Amino acid sequence: MPFGHGRPPVWIPYSRGKERLLLKRYLWRRFGHSILVILGVSAVVFFVIHLTGDPAALLLPMDASPEEVARFREAMGFNDPLYLQYWYFLKKALVGNFGLSLRHQQPALAMVVERMPATLELTLGALLVALLVAVPLGVASASRRYSLVDNLGSTLGLLGQSMPVYWQGIMLILIFSVSLRWLPAAGRGGLDHLVLPAVTLGTYSAATIMRLLRSGLLEVLKQDYVRTARSKGLSERVVVYKHALRNALLPVLTVVGLQFGSLLGGAVITETVFAWPGVGRLIFQAINNRDFPLVQAAVFILALIIVTVNFLTDILYTYLDPRVRYS
Amino acid sequence: METMKDLVGEPTLGMAGPVSEPGALWRRGWRNLRRNKAALLGLVILAGVVLTALLASHLAPADPNHQELALRLLPPAWATGGKATHSLGTDQLGRDILSRIIYGSRISLLVGVTTVAVAGALGTFLGLLSGYYGGWVDDVIMRLADIQLAFPFVLLALAVMAVLGPGLKNIIIVLGITGWVEYGRVVRAEVLSLRSRDFVEAARAIGDRDAVILGRHVLPNVATSLIVIATLQMGRMIISESALTFLGLGIEPTIPTWGGMLNDGRNYMNNQWWVSTFPGLALLLTVLASNLVGDWLRDTLDPTLKE
Repeated sequence: MPFGHGRPPVWIPYSRGKERLLLKRYLWRRFGHSILVILGVSAVVFFVIHLTGDPAALLLPMDASPEEVARFREAMGFNDPLYLQYWYFLKKALVGNFGLSLRHQQPALAMVVERMPATLELTLGALLVALLVAVPLGVASASRRYSLVDNLGSTLGLLGQSMPVYWQGIMLILIFSVSLRWLPAAGRGGLDHLVLPAVTLGTYSAATIMRLLRSGLLEVLKQDYVRTARSKGLSERVVVYKHALRNALLPVLTVVGLQFGSLLGGAVITETVFAWPGVGRLIFQAINNRDFPLVQAAVFILALIIVTVNFLTDILYTYLDPRVRYS
Repeated sequence: METMKDLVGEPTLGMAGPVSEPGALWRRGWRNLRRNKAALLGLVILAGVVLTALLASHLAPADPNHQELALRLLPPAWATGGKATHSLGTDQLGRDILSRIIYGSRISLLVGVTTVAVAGALGTFLGLLSGYYGGWVDDVIMRLADIQLAFPFVLLALAVMAVLGPGLKNIIIVLGITGWVEYGRVVRAEVLSLRSRDFVEAARAIGDRDAVILGRHVLPNVATSLIVIATLQMGRMIISESALTFLGLGIEPTIPTWGGMLNDGRNYMNNQWWVSTFPGLALLLTVLASNLVGDWLRDTLDPTLKE
């Protein structure tokens, strides 16, 4: 008999233990997905240098003699079957060994790790800019629909999503460095160096987050509990910030996690424009030097960070929104 | 126990599902358009860009590749030192910037349309398979989508373009392949809900093959979402191509492109602002226009797609 005698049969969805079990199972599944994704990324990173058929020709200078090419091919194991080569690559990648940079003759991983703080500084700066712009503007747009603020916000959102990142960077340099001489145009240093690159990189995310927050908040403001809060006589401020915003921010959280990934990717372009000494610029230089071990290491590490951040976002989400656990 | 009537449902047997009547759709679109000045502006700009691309050889005041080193880095006509023959000035090789922008629209539009077509075809195919068959097919395709989403698209494109080398064909392949996920996910979700609808069950009951069911009954019902995604994606594809070209990994520098012009202008930022400003404006306007039109199409055709 599932229910107690004499009590009305109240249906309780899951007991606490069952819920914990479901949560555990969900997180393990997500973890498994993350591992799969990392394997997939490793396959892409490995196979990309085999796209043209002959990686030896790709990695060696054009004027290498046939004997040199043959020796190099043997030394790198390019004569082994592909699946075997992938297996060796994977085994080495797992312990962080991506080989030596062809140009610098240093371990590729160490070079990437060395540049990582600069990229993280830029990415987090951009994320901060994006949130500082998007949240107030999104809230203002949604709570005063069709007002001047809303129209301004929508226009800025649309512009932000339509502007090529690198052109925006160039224009900011033209205005704030070349004409006004307020901010430095290149390099990494104090906070003043961070402003232009962070704004450049953060604009697209700011626009995306703002548009999402606005439509999410508009949806939430229609809900019954918001009407209840209003009819209780709460001030509009309390209704928006305490009751509505909290619920509208949940989907934003997932997007912020995803945005982090595209920010890391976008860093390649931003870092090139602003001569920012991070992983993105390293990748760009490595590509120009045809230094593929370095490219492989850098891309793999960035992907690893992105997968980890997405996984952590998911965990956070399940704690903040219990409904996720049941699905 | 289901009767034959339940299975077959209303006598729409064999007809494509509940696509709304075309006349109503046009009317709704027109009504939205008259109210929505921004969308109208977007349509006008986009039409202008298309016309410019088609009539480039008639509109351009000069040959976009004609170099005249004596006239290099001329400012726009209205600035001091500008010449009326080069209204937007010249670049570091003395080429007319306006003419290069006009010809550059061809590449941007070409890449925008073809990459979206490749991505759309691939994504629709995989999405149909994934949603209709489910099971391991679904698992494999969706994990593939996850991998791609975890992978910054710029990085993938950069790495592949670095190996394949610059070129129009390569960029269409790379951007096309990296763009399928959006279509795949949306189509899959729609197929999941269509799969058990009466008209699909009916088609299955009368023994239609899977290809016929998917092509004739399911596809028309996802078409509107596809159009909306495609329009919204086109702007991003145009930006991506220009960014890759800007980095030297997109279109060959011999062809006039907006991204290539911006790359040229990078070295002349300190004194010759016009070299990089105008091509960027052209890019911004084109992408803005396609986003405006995309938003309008979404609101007209498929309001449920709204984020």
